[in-house]
Amino acid sequence: MTTTTDHGLAGHSPRLSEGLPETSPNRRRFNGAFALRIILLLIAAALTLGPVLWTLSTSLRSPSESFKLPPSFFPWNPDFTSYGEVFQQLNIFLLVLNSALVTGLIAVGQMVSAALAGYAFAHLKFRGRGALFSIVLATMMVPVQVTIVPVFMLIRGMGLSDTLLALILPAIPTAFGTFLMRQYFMGLPAELAEAASIDGASPWRTFRSVYAPLAMPGMAIVGILAFNFHWNEFFRPLILTISEQNFTLPLGLVSLQGNLGTGSISVVLAGVVLSMIPALVVFMFGQRALQDGLTAGTGK
Amino acid sequence: MSTTTPHRERPKRAAGPAAPGVAPARNATKLGAKSRHSQRWLAWIFLAPTILGMGLFTLIPIVASVVLAFFRWDIISAPTFVGFDNFSEVVQDPTVRVSFLNTIMFVVVAVSLQLGLALALAIMVQEKMPAWLRVFFRSAFFFPLILSAASVSIFMRYLFNEQFGVVNWFLSLVGIPAVPWLTTPGGSAAVVILVYVWQNFGFSFLLFIGGLASIPVETYEAAAIDGATGWRKHLHVTLPLLSPTTLVASVMAIISALQVFDQPYVLTRGGPGDSTRTAVMVIFESAFQRLEFGQASAIGVLLTLIIMAITAAQFRLSKRFVFYQ
Repeated sequence: MTTTTDHGLAGHSPRLSEGLPETSPNRRRFNGAFALRIILLLIAAALTLGPVLWTLSTSLRSPSESFKLPPSFFPWNPDFTSYGEVFQQLNIFLLVLNSALVTGLIAVGQMVSAALAGYAFAHLKFRGRGALFSIVLATMMVPVQVTIVPVFMLIRGMGLSDTLLALILPAIPTAFGTFLMRQYFMGLPAELAEAASIDGASPWRTFRSVYAPLAMPGMAIVGILAFNFHWNEFFRPLILTISEQNFTLPLGLVSLQGNLGTGSISVVLAGVVLSMIPALVVFMFGQRALQDGLTAGTGK
Repeated sequence: MSTTTPHRERPKRAAGPAAPGVAPARNATKLGAKSRHSQRWLAWIFLAPTILGMGLFTLIPIVASVVLAFFRWDIISAPTFVGFDNFSEVVQDPTVRVSFLNTIMFVVVAVSLQLGLALALAIMVQEKMPAWLRVFFRSAFFFPLILSAASVSIFMRYLFNEQFGVVNWFLSLVGIPAVPWLTTPGGSAAVVILVYVWQNFGFSFLLFIGGLASIPVETYEAAAIDGATGWRKHLHVTLPLLSPTTLVASVMAIISALQVFDQPYVLTRGGPGDSTRTAVMVIFESAFQRLEFGQASAIGVLLTLIIMAITAAQFRLSKRFVFYQ
């Protein structure tokens, strides 16, 4: 019974497989249920990945063929005309540069500010620590759409309207990142601080040379989350940027679709595919960190 | 993902909050006033970027938003105090009413779909299967989360096109005539819901996967001895034990669905008519297209109150229905 063909891989080491224990005593019925389950999951996976595959392969059709049915889901004969076209229709270098600048600076800013604040909340003693931390957490409940009007005014008042800084500065203080880093620093043993202070290290030295290097994985999670969120962000750029030279990628693509109507879908899709590349890189190398970060603080 | 390591890490993390809280205090007494003093200074320096930033870009705007809701202001002329006028106008405005109703309908349908789908898939993925297949399914369901809602809505608009859209082409294969997805109120509402759920069910899925992994195997063994198998096992064991996760997942899903904007904006611009206009779209339009900043703030305050009420209600309800181990 241990080596059924169906679940051979998981079957031979039940400790490693995280599945729920198989309770059905009837092997034949189990196999039927297993097949049904896998088929349902495959259908769900096809519905999830299908639209993305269609986008990729349609962007690789020639613009005149992009309407053609049946649809294509695999780019058998890639045609790169649309990619050439999208560079002519859209100042894509500028859009990528803007998106990269905004996203990169927000990510770095969040990593640094969250690490500093998280460390203070975790390992430094000062009056009002608990109350201040509660306030920081409470700001997570307020949606950005509610504060956007005053933020817009504030940005105008600071003379920053229609600049990239208008997108960057308000996004740097991060309640969730601070919370994550506080958790991370609390997971590091306090004995390190004692040992460092016995060696005569100042509180700053203790942070700089002992804790900060150990907290790099936590900072990476904050950075990846910030990157993923702000690379894809649409609402704030729509409001806080006005001229096309300050547009970020999602904004540029939506306006491209608006300009072209339904004219040449493969060109628009080529732009969409290009905008997905950084997200794909994050997906391949940082998926685990992203998943852990997204679900952090949601309880056990 | 969150199955093997968190189990190993959790005890350490759980022990964390107690230990560091004690240690600095001991440090301080041992090292005297000088160290305590320098720790306090360092703390405020470390906190400065976050606290100042939040004060400027979150706390002041929250207060300003509430204050602004009682003024009429178009940015050009000076603001005038109008009391509760904005609120009464907003509550009577047919577009605002329809948009709030749309948003509530959207939340009910999209969140139920999202949670139901995520739970079913999570249970199916967590049962026995080859490890590589499980990794594949998890990655596939997670994948849409990394894309931008705007880009997703761009390609979905083509997929749901009435004449040359892929969705209608598949439907024609089984003999269903072309559905006017984006040109009818019902069709566009359905598209906005489907596109939103397509992109977001993976988040609830992740939460459920984590919740399922924390249910001890012994519980199922005991249930099996009592004769509970198949779907009864899930009805009587999984669902009650998963209720804390379900609460968190539903609170988070509802809060983010109440703020839906990107999908309807790109897919339908709120149309046809007002059929897919949402609460946040109305905030956006009254502030940045009609320059009625006071009204926009009033709508924002109402939306925040709704979000807070729902969150509070859910936690109140949870005391009765959530089963903690």
